[in-house]
Amino acid sequence: MTLLEPARRVEGQTPAEQRPKLSIQSVSKRFRTARNQEVHALDRVSLDVNEGEFVCLVGPSGCGKSTLLNLIAGLDRPDAGAILADSNPVEGPGPDRMVMFQESALFPWLDVMDNVLFGLKCKRNLPKSARRDVAMHFLRLVGLEKFVHSSVHELSGGMKQRVALARALAPNPRVLLMDEPFAALDAMTREQLYGDLQAIWTARRKTIVFVTHNVREAVCLGDRVVLFSPHPGRIREQYRVDLPRPRDINDVALAEQATAITRALRAHAEAKEVA
Amino acid sequence: MRRAITATLFFVLLLALWEGLVRAGVWSKVLVPSPLKVLTYFQTSLADGTLLAASWVTLKRLLLGYLAGVVLGVPLGMACARWKSCQDTVGVLALGLQTLPSVCWAPLALLWFGQNEWAIFFITFMGSLWSISLAVEAGVRNVPPIYTRAARTMGSGGLHTWVFVMLPASLPFVVSGMKQGWAFAWRSLMSAEIYVTILTGLGLGHLLHYGRELHAMEQVIAIMLLIIGIGLAVDRTLFLPWERFMHKRWGLTG
Repeated sequence: MTLLEPARRVEGQTPAEQRPKLSIQSVSKRFRTARNQEVHALDRVSLDVNEGEFVCLVGPSGCGKSTLLNLIAGLDRPDAGAILADSNPVEGPGPDRMVMFQESALFPWLDVMDNVLFGLKCKRNLPKSARRDVAMHFLRLVGLEKFVHSSVHELSGGMKQRVALARALAPNPRVLLMDEPFAALDAMTREQLYGDLQAIWTARRKTIVFVTHNVREAVCLGDRVVLFSPHPGRIREQYRVDLPRPRDINDVALAEQATAITRALRAHAEAKEVA
Repeated sequence: MRRAITATLFFVLLLALWEGLVRAGVWSKVLVPSPLKVLTYFQTSLADGTLLAASWVTLKRLLLGYLAGVVLGVPLGMACARWKSCQDTVGVLALGLQTLPSVCWAPLALLWFGQNEWAIFFITFMGSLWSISLAVEAGVRNVPPIYTRAARTMGSGGLHTWVFVMLPASLPFVVSGMKQGWAFAWRSLMSAEIYVTILTGLGLGHLLHYGRELHAMEQVIAIMLLIIGIGLAVDRTLFLPWERFMHKRWGLTG
């Protein structure tokens, strides 16, 4: 694990020949809560994500990591700053940036197959006959080929998230955005899905931005861990994780790195309290 | 099987009790006819075609009024859920008119349209429209926002989202609203037929009304039973398939 220096970060990630897949440039976002309190969710946050990189955004709740994900997805607009995907400004949601939510957000009126087909049907350039094959391919990839005709309510929480993963991957997005997708699952299922996700990522090298509040999860999955601090939401530190894959969440080396990051996280929180 | 036996036994006992009380002479035979007399009325009026003709007239009116209520009520409810200005205007109107028993439209309808099918249609339509609209509005409002967010990230938007996400997502509410609308339409039509004497066709409500005028209580009771029967049959054919589907997909019990 290496702590990335701010200076090195800027130079190292925007070489002229390799443009970043995602470029977040000095983005700010405020919104009002129900009680009319203003929350400064993001304060001039800048971040570049390279093609094929697995980046985890970590921080306590309220640090703006989910807000940033929604901005990248185009579901919300930033108050200031710009977000570029493949050098094009993000104007709204698009199938090049698929999102996986904490709840599966699967449609209960469709069966498993039709849920995966939904995103494919929104892609105009895909012929009808090919859709089913593509959907089947991804359902097989997540190990659910036997549940093609099941209803959503018949699936367990882990299976639902697998379907959601297949649904997000099927239209072949350039970037996969994951918003605490495993937070609501039990530990066993979660560990299985860490394995599956790593296998899929290793095979396909999809660019992934993964939001979590679980530092160990971030170290287990990410190439880079980006640490956020709240009020206002800012990037504090970035760490490169060089552990070999596939990684096991219970691995000792992994746990040590996670502890170091957690310590840094706590130090920031305490420094804030003193100030 | 056990439940079927229990149910049958219950209704046989009920009939026996009715017959027994009639034979014991508890009430005047003019007011409470025996079940056998009701059965005889069924037989003769089925044979001479009165019942079928009246049922046909009634069902036709019901379907017309109800369908018009659905055709207008579903988009109206969606519009109220979508636009605040629609909710503050038409939505409030719907809420108010929903509380008005639809037979209250009868005096107005008679003067506006005269003693004809239009008056009946209007009353039935007014009876079902508002409850359908309100149910659809509630249904769309209750669609979890995460569905639309997910759909938007997959490239769905505008009309596509309404047709393929909002409408199916609110299906449980829409179906229960349609069912409620159906019940209201059925009640409205019966009130209208009893209240509005028209010359363009004899419906079940009219038969009920004339039964009273002629002191033919077996006719009144027979028509009441038929009205119950039709209500149940429609529930089975029109709504049960939808409820089955929702039970299978959503895992809802209902």
